[in-house]
Amino acid sequence: MLREKRANDIQAILSKYPPERKRSAVMPLLYLAQEEYGYCSDDAVREVAEIIGCDPTEVKGIVGFYTMFYEQPVGKYVIDVCDDLPCALRGADKFVTHCERKLGIRAGQTTPDGKFTLNTVMCIAACDRAPVAQINRKYYYDLTAEQFDQLVDALAKEQGNGQNPH
Amino acid sequence: MAELVNLTIDGVPVSVPKGMLIVDAAKKIGNDIPVFCYHPKLKPVGMCRMCLVEVGTPKIDPATKQPVRDEQGNVVIAFMPKLTTACTTPVSEGMVVRTATEQVRAAREDILEFLLTSHPLDCPICDKGGECPLQNLTLAFGPAFSRFDYNDKAHNEKHVPLGDLIYLDRERCIQCARCIRFQDEIADDHVLQFHDRGRGMEIITFSDPPFDSYFGGNTTDICPVGALTTADFRFKARPWELSSTPSVCTHCAVGCNIALNTRLETRTGGYEIKRVMPRQNEQVNEIWICDKGRYVHHFTRAEDRLRRPMIRREGRLVESTWEQALQVIADRIGLAGGSVAAVIGDRIPNEDAYVIAKLVRELGGEVGISPAVPAYYADVARAFGVGAECDFGRLGKGDVLMVINGDVEEQAPVWFLRLRQAVVDRGATLVLAHSRSTKMHRYAHAIYRYDPGYAAKWLAANGQALIERHLAGARNALIVFGDEQLDGPGARALAQLLANLLIQAGHVGKPESGLLPLYPHANTQGVFDMTQAVRETAMVNGKRNGSELFQYDVVWLAGVGDDADVPRARFTVVQELFLTDLAKRADVLLPALSFAEREGTFTSADRRVQRFYRALPPLDEAKPDWWIALELAKRLGYAWRYAGPQAIFAEVAQRVPAYAGLSYERISQVAPQWPPLGREDLYYGGTVYDNTGGLGARYASDAERDPAGVRPYEVTVPEPTIAGLARILRPLYREGELIRRSAVLAAHLVPVGQPA
Amino acid sequence: MVKYYGSKNKTMDRHVLLRDIDVPNIREYDVYVANGGYEAWKKALTSMKPDEVIAVVKDSGLRGRGGAGFPAGVKWSFIPKDVFPKYVVVNGDESEAGTFKDHQIIDGNPHQLIEGAALCAYAVGANVCYIYLRGEFYEPAQTLQRAIDDAYAHGMLGKNVLGSGFDIDMYIHLGAGAYICGEETALLSSLEGQLGQPRLRPPFPAVQGLYAKPTVINNVETLANVPPIVLNGAQWYRQYGTEKSPGTKIFCVSGCVNRPGNYELPLGQYTIRELIEMAGGTIDGRAVKGVLPAGSSAPILPASALDTKLDYESLQAAGSILGSASFVILDETVDIVWAARKMVRFFKHESCGKCTPCREGTYWALKLYDKLLAGRGTLDDVNMIGEVAAQMSNKCFCLLGEFATSPMLSTLKHFRAEYEAFIARHGNGLSNGYTDELIREGVIAGPEGVIARH
Ligand SMILES: Cc1cc2nc3c(=O)[nH]c(=O)nc-3n(C[C@H](O)[C@H](O)[C@H](O)COP(=O)(O)O)c2cc1C
Ligand code: SF4
Ligand code: FES
Repeated sequence: MLREKRANDIQAILSKYPPERKRSAVMPLLYLAQEEYGYCSDDAVREVAEIIGCDPTEVKGIVGFYTMFYEQPVGKYVIDVCDDLPCALRGADKFVTHCERKLGIRAGQTTPDGKFTLNTVMCIAACDRAPVAQINRKYYYDLTAEQFDQLVDALAKEQGNGQNPH
Repeated sequence: MAELVNLTIDGVPVSVPKGMLIVDAAKKIGNDIPVFCYHPKLKPVGMCRMCLVEVGTPKIDPATKQPVRDEQGNVVIAFMPKLTTACTTPVSEGMVVRTATEQVRAAREDILEFLLTSHPLDCPICDKGGECPLQNLTLAFGPAFSRFDYNDKAHNEKHVPLGDLIYLDRERCIQCARCIRFQDEIADDHVLQFHDRGRGMEIITFSDPPFDSYFGGNTTDICPVGALTTADFRFKARPWELSSTPSVCTHCAVGCNIALNTRLETRTGGYEIKRVMPRQNEQVNEIWICDKGRYVHHFTRAEDRLRRPMIRREGRLVESTWEQALQVIADRIGLAGGSVAAVIGDRIPNEDAYVIAKLVRELGGEVGISPAVPAYYADVARAFGVGAECDFGRLGKGDVLMVINGDVEEQAPVWFLRLRQAVVDRGATLVLAHSRSTKMHRYAHAIYRYDPGYAAKWLAANGQALIERHLAGARNALIVFGDEQLDGPGARALAQLLANLLIQAGHVGKPESGLLPLYPHANTQGVFDMTQAVRETAMVNGKRNGSELFQYDVVWLAGVGDDADVPRARFTVVQELFLTDLAKRADVLLPALSFAEREGTFTSADRRVQRFYRALPPLDEAKPDWWIALELAKRLGYAWRYAGPQAIFAEVAQRVPAYAGLSYERISQVAPQWPPLGREDLYYGGTVYDNTGGLGARYASDAERDPAGVRPYEVTVPEPTIAGLARILRPLYREGELIRRSAVLAAHLVPVGQPA
Repeated sequence: MVKYYGSKNKTMDRHVLLRDIDVPNIREYDVYVANGGYEAWKKALTSMKPDEVIAVVKDSGLRGRGGAGFPAGVKWSFIPKDVFPKYVVVNGDESEAGTFKDHQIIDGNPHQLIEGAALCAYAVGANVCYIYLRGEFYEPAQTLQRAIDDAYAHGMLGKNVLGSGFDIDMYIHLGAGAYICGEETALLSSLEGQLGQPRLRPPFPAVQGLYAKPTVINNVETLANVPPIVLNGAQWYRQYGTEKSPGTKIFCVSGCVNRPGNYELPLGQYTIRELIEMAGGTIDGRAVKGVLPAGSSAPILPASALDTKLDYESLQAAGSILGSASFVILDETVDIVWAARKMVRFFKHESCGKCTPCREGTYWALKLYDKLLAGRGTLDDVNMIGEVAAQMSNKCFCLLGEFATSPMLSTLKHFRAEYEAFIARHGNGLSNGYTDELIREGVIAGPEGVIARH
């Protein structure tokens, strides 16, 4: 249970907003839940709703609206590669194809071992350093196919929980 | 009177109150600007973009701050560069609105075409077909054909249950958010939300239990397409096959105006209620009803309705003719020599209660009411009830609303909506006193608690403080009270103490001040009013002088639900719809007609007398209660002649002082409602909102009729009793004879004796 | 280590905003302070009334850098004095394709943003400031949070700052992947824990913003301008730029150039052509085909507009907008139809769904582009793209929907011939270059097992 395990974090999050505006904490709390459970599971949604005192339906709507909240389990490492126009002008599409081949999955899929999820995403404000990807929200700039392969190989060996690649 | 603003719409001048939206101003002059997301009962959002119009305002000279004029002296109008949503823009002085230009016409076509490209166009099998705003507006404003490739249409899930009462067809949804907004703004049950975004956006519920709201059915009325349907009505009939009869809901004391939609069933060969819809009455329920009122109608055509009189022979009830049954009763009464008591259930219409009481009085017998407790305080509630001109819609800033010892949402659901809006939207102050929490507590500005059963005791001790803290400075004080966990004397003490508070704080004789009792049924006040003249105060429970043992020769029970209200008798006559436990013990059992099969009036808890009409043909040999009373009277030698309920009511108006001046004509009157919904209206949907059956009339409180007679009560506050404490709470879906027969609500029933 | 490209700035000896280029590690508190950091803040708190801060910002003519270019000082002056509490909200959603300037400020020069936001709060009388960053800025947010913590530790934020009696708290709030949350009212909804959908105006945020209280919303770059303005005065600031577009501005250059990156330049001094040169010129010296001056949202300009000056007025006169100044450069090898589809796909993906024309229009527009790209398009479809854009145009709830029409309308306007050529070329077959991408997005069916495991 989030409430027991992350009591301090929850407190810290809630303290940022006026006490009668707990609902503002919904996004940070969903990130917290996602860190804890890997994705915004149904239980996580209900827990967050309880913490901020609103109906689970309202929280579920938030989860559904934003792309960075996952409603289904995702891989330990979520690789988001930008293939929006500025990046695509610098070879992002080819790069995504390379990533797909390297991981053996289509963008939007997770490797069968549950290690990697590959997504293409819209512009992530790093167009000057394309191709660019985020792995669990950490930026990787000016990527080449070789660098990507090395990264993936290294991560594949990692034993950590994947939550914090820093 | 609100400040007026002058503008022209398509050249037609119109003056409307300041702050009104263009769309409503246009409506005033019969110009239906098409809308989908806009609904006059919801806050504007401007999402669907259907209502785009050209809007201009007088050009103002920055130097003089005066409107600029051209050579002809006409005010120069500066039009906004883009089309503007009429549903979000308030009118302003000198505004010029154009709704008939080529640009506006094209915009409407554009938006409609977009909406239709994502819509399944399955009108032939859609429940909304025939009363669908999308259909209507497409005919009126839509393009003749679509330029888009049908094959590229997005497909979504159909028949998605959003709970056990409401289904969603995601393909039909046009994302107007009316349903979400109703649940958020009006019901305050946040059980619907959009999920995903862009074209993927769809309605979901993720609540536990899903879409659980006493008011959910209303979303199906205001949904402008057939996306939301009730489990009860979906696929059951097409709107145009239905006849609509004005009626009044009988399931609580609010008196919501409803329409019974009926159809001839080939299966049974008879008429059936297919659905219950709200009928607009801005004074009562606006356009809302609760789900109980919507779904409990199935009892009217339940298989096990009583259809023929029965007489006990050798211990068993056997069918008889009316002639035989009435004669048996008349004979017994003739021998009883005045040892007769009638107990009248508080769902029995005024006319019927009146003639039963009249007959029993003539016979020298006694009359009681069931349930008994409200009869202890109904006189107080009537004396100090809200004013005849009270309009909940006017309650707001400066007014104090006090709710004590009752659960408004459970016991008077639509009042909950209205009072909540007075507090949340218009700034009235809410003071709550109760032994437990209720949904109303969410909005309270002050909360008081006492132990169960101690409402009156607590109030006696704290009344002065309440006056000082809340009531003294208020513009109005409206007090809603319930009799939860109180016995009769306790409830009476509570009501009297409250009346005294009002007197002391100077809130008597004002329209929006006074008491509002949370009565158990549709006609508690009416049955009290009809029988008061013949009721000994000591015999409110059919138990003369409090003696449990007194035994009447004949007891006549009309619509009595509770054993506890029945005095001992040698011979019992029961008028009922069903073979209830009480009915099983009858010596003569008489089948009564339900409200849907007859006409009459009810008096709501706020003393509005309203008519209901016959929607279904009589069921077999069942009869209205007043007919039974008259037939008995005839056999007992009284030559009473009433042509029907209307004639009885005319006598009521003469004999019952409070009802003086009321008549069927008067309460059948209608006045245009604002906002206008239904009728020829194209866009708010629903074919039955239009109120053709009458708006009813509220009679004046005693304090209003006789201000000089107002004086505080001498109150004796009794100790709480076991009988009071044991009184079960009344959750909305408490299991009872009628609700049990609506299978759609089966999952929601709360067994008798168990709190909500 | 993050790599930045400096500007080849001819007239400015120092950067006003991208000071991380001039001063290594200026992201550190000590380095920032050693280089004049928080001087403006001290000056304001000790010697200026709030109104004087508003006045100097107003006089400077600083225009909002988030896109609309509304004068910041004027916006601040709208905040009512007698309603409490008030809020400052920093817009760091930076999601317009091709924009990455706020990213560099947050990462490279966070204290200047903090100082600017604090000055704004002081000017309007707000005691709480929320910095809304797009969810992807998780890392930059940590840099910024460290800077905020340092500022608190040194008494620059918190209670009774520098003994002035003024309290200010500053919090970061992360979004979660929604371009629309850059739109100020959607941002507020999002910050309030509602769906990130825009809301009606009026009431404007200055009157009823966050929690229905008066709220200033400014872009990151806008606020980063404030400390130097307060410190050096309006006249100093106006030495840069033009009368109507004073000051310096960060130009994000991306796409087909050799040195994409952020270039801070005085407004109105250089042309697009010169900007491209500063960014190292086009790859292999290819000819420029078109320029998007403000990412996907701005109408594309053809090569003939390359001599347009870089300021709000000139770009508007040229038929586009300066917006957030995110210059995406397309060279002669770029297929316009493909590029337009990318942009339309962006808007389809980001449409919040609230209003009909945007929700349906972006859906159908992408369908049409997909058809063209899949090689099934006809001239009718090309015309239809224009019609869908017109059908959406001027009817949407917010500007996102209007922006969405710009790639369609502007590419059709300037490059209609390319559309026709595209159809002639691919009309009855698969379009080669984009096969992978289209298979990936399900526009065309790919052969089984395209992706082999290895
Ligand atoms: C669809 C849309 C997206 C926007 N995205 C951003 C954004 O990412 N960052 C930003 O600062 N402003 C963005 N804006 C502009 C903001 O609404 C607002 O004008 C700005 O934050 C005001 O700050 P400024 O005056 O400092 O520019 C966007 C506007 C629209 C209509
Ligand atoms: S279900 Fe009906 S009311 Fe709800 S958003 Fe869809 S169309 Fe509107
Ligand atoms: S936008 Fe006005 S009715 Fe929907």
